Amino acid sequence: MMFEANLSYRAVFVLVVKRDLTIALRHRDDIFNPLLFFIIVVTLFPLGVGPESTTLTRIAPGIIWVAALLSTLLSLDRLFKSDHMDGSLEQMLLSPQPVFILVLAKVFAHWLITGLPLILVAPLLAVLLHMNELSYGALILTLLIGTPVLSLLGAVGVALTVGIKKGGVLLSLLVLPLFIPVLIFATSAIDTAAMNLPYSGQLAIIASLLFGSLTLAPFAIGAALKVSTN
Amino acid sequence: MWKWLHPYANPEVSYHFSVKLTPWLTAIAAILIPVGIVWALAFVPADYQQGDSFRIFYLHVPAAMLSMGIYVGIAIAAFSSLVWQLKLADASAAALAPIGAIFTVIALFTGAAWGKPMWGTWWIWDARLTSELILLFLYLGVIALHNAFDDKNLAGKAAGILSIVGVINIPIIHYSVEWWNTLHQGATVSKLDKPSMSVEMLWPFLICFLGFSFFVAALGCKRFCTEVLARNSMRPWVRALATAQEKK
Amino acid sequence: MPNQTTALITGSNLTCIRGDRILFEQLNFQINAGDIVQVEGPNGSGKTSLLRILCGLTAPFEGEVLFKQNLIGDNRELFHQNLLYIGHLPGVKGEMAAQENLEFNLSLHGLDAAQAEQTLSEVNLFGFEDSLASHLSAGQHRRISLARLFSSKSPVWILDEPFTAIDKNGVKRLEKLFSEHAQRGGCVILTTHQDLALPSDLVKKISLDYCIF
Repeated sequence: MMFEANLSYRAVFVLVVKRDLTIALRHRDDIFNPLLFFIIVVTLFPLGVGPESTTLTRIAPGIIWVAALLSTLLSLDRLFKSDHMDGSLEQMLLSPQPVFILVLAKVFAHWLITGLPLILVAPLLAVLLHMNELSYGALILTLLIGTPVLSLLGAVGVALTVGIKKGGVLLSLLVLPLFIPVLIFATSAIDTAAMNLPYSGQLAIIASLLFGSLTLAPFAIGAALKVSTN
Repeated sequence: MWKWLHPYANPEVSYHFSVKLTPWLTAIAAILIPVGIVWALAFVPADYQQGDSFRIFYLHVPAAMLSMGIYVGIAIAAFSSLVWQLKLADASAAALAPIGAIFTVIALFTGAAWGKPMWGTWWIWDARLTSELILLFLYLGVIALHNAFDDKNLAGKAAGILSIVGVINIPIIHYSVEWWNTLHQGATVSKLDKPSMSVEMLWPFLICFLGFSFFVAALGCKRFCTEVLARNSMRPWVRALATAQEKK
Repeated sequence: MPNQTTALITGSNLTCIRGDRILFEQLNFQINAGDIVQVEGPNGSGKTSLLRILCGLTAPFEGEVLFKQNLIGDNRELFHQNLLYIGHLPGVKGEMAAQENLEFNLSLHGLDAAQAEQTLSEVNLFGFEDSLASHLSAGQHRRISLARLFSSKSPVWILDEPFTAIDKNGVKRLEKLFSEHAQRGGCVILTTHQDLALPSDLVKKISLDYCIF
């Protein structure tokens, strides 16, 4: 008695993305809380450094990107947690589907739920911070290709800490240093755009970070999940 | 080809080997470090620009080099533990992590102390100092992850994955920080602008570096022994050792 | 000498260590097609650990697990196609309806999701298909996860306390299902604190003792 079941990789990917989106849409806190956090952190800065528009224009890219890092971090905590708590994570790992695809699908769904809303709200916050009008395009583009890198790298940290009871603070210690290159190149792209100079170089570097993490991170996430469900 | 290594995969054999190795490493370090330091502090001529303050170089540079080297060593150990299932490699990674973190702190502190006479300020967002600071964060992450798991074997695997991810990221972080630094600071004089080292400076430096390396190796061996004991505490040979200790 | 050809799962020299306690050491056994194996032992003797080692979730401290003479880690996908593991946790999402949960589980394991409605009535969840799982009881969650057994084509079933929170009739149905599965050439490895109401010649036992050094 032997049984072979074959499901195409795309079918598995779609299946898991659909499931995670269904769950998220029925549990909307996961979408709105990190977004609210993002907005609140950004509005705290003018209160902290003063409302002069020149200062704000100067530091707006940094503020928005740091807030995006933090809110990604906050939302990541949920990526594997509930699946780990109710046992569906181990069922996924024991399914005959490649872990690479399962992990990639979960991270993608998570990015759709938490990364995409950030990109939609960011221009509004840029207005609040008097960001230079020339750099709106750069802001959106860097967020569009930068936040998936954050999700992928962050997922490695989450996968490592999901089995630990108080993993939240530890997660930030593990993951934030890894976010630094994205932060540097993204803010620099926005600054360059404000000077009306080409910023395609920075975008290309972020894109290469994206493809690098897209190919390597799922292996690390899979290995880490195996450790965490041990 | 690697057959001769196989006995050392046994915790008991490598424990006894490390116990024997430790005093030798300690002795070499105990000779080299004083020789190098005294030579560097007392006999090397003062720098014509920086005066005597440059002598901290003999502590700062070995510490910085070792802090990076140890991280790479940890990542190699983690890699071999993941690929070849060598549990002892995990133990050595766990033994090395705190040592590396301490050397990173030393490098940061001496860097800041060197910066005071050079730049007139304790901290400057210099590319090397910033990278070193981020390296410290990576070390602290690995150590924190080690401590977060109850099961030592799981902790080793988890920290191993993290250190491999970290070691892939170190060059990326390093170059991005360097690029960021040149972008924002322009023409600040970098303190380590590849000083062409004269021979009279080079020798004490090499001796210091070797001395600290042996010091790290000795500490690492000692910590490795305790890690092996802690991981194998339920094994008969560890129990036998413990009872032998009690009788003494 | 046990017959090599019918062996589905072989454990050789399995050692499991938790913290500084050895749960079991040098465990050797072979589970053939048609076997129902009950793992017994007091709480904390390593029953769950053994089952998790057998399905590859936990790495044993020493030793290896073979599926049809192949290491389970070597051909993960083949082994997982032939494995059905249900652990302590039901793996049911509260945000999804009973039927959606089962459909996802079936399709993830390469089975036809259209069987879900039919299968749910097998476990007495007829009429609950569209209720969100968060509105159902613990016993019903377990039924949702056990429902997969009724449409499973995998020969190796590894079940950790399958009867928890299941009523008497449910237990009977499951026992009948187990013996049918064994007759079809599958094997069942389970832990339970209840005695199985199956003929004792059908059930093999692996006993784990609680050992302290």
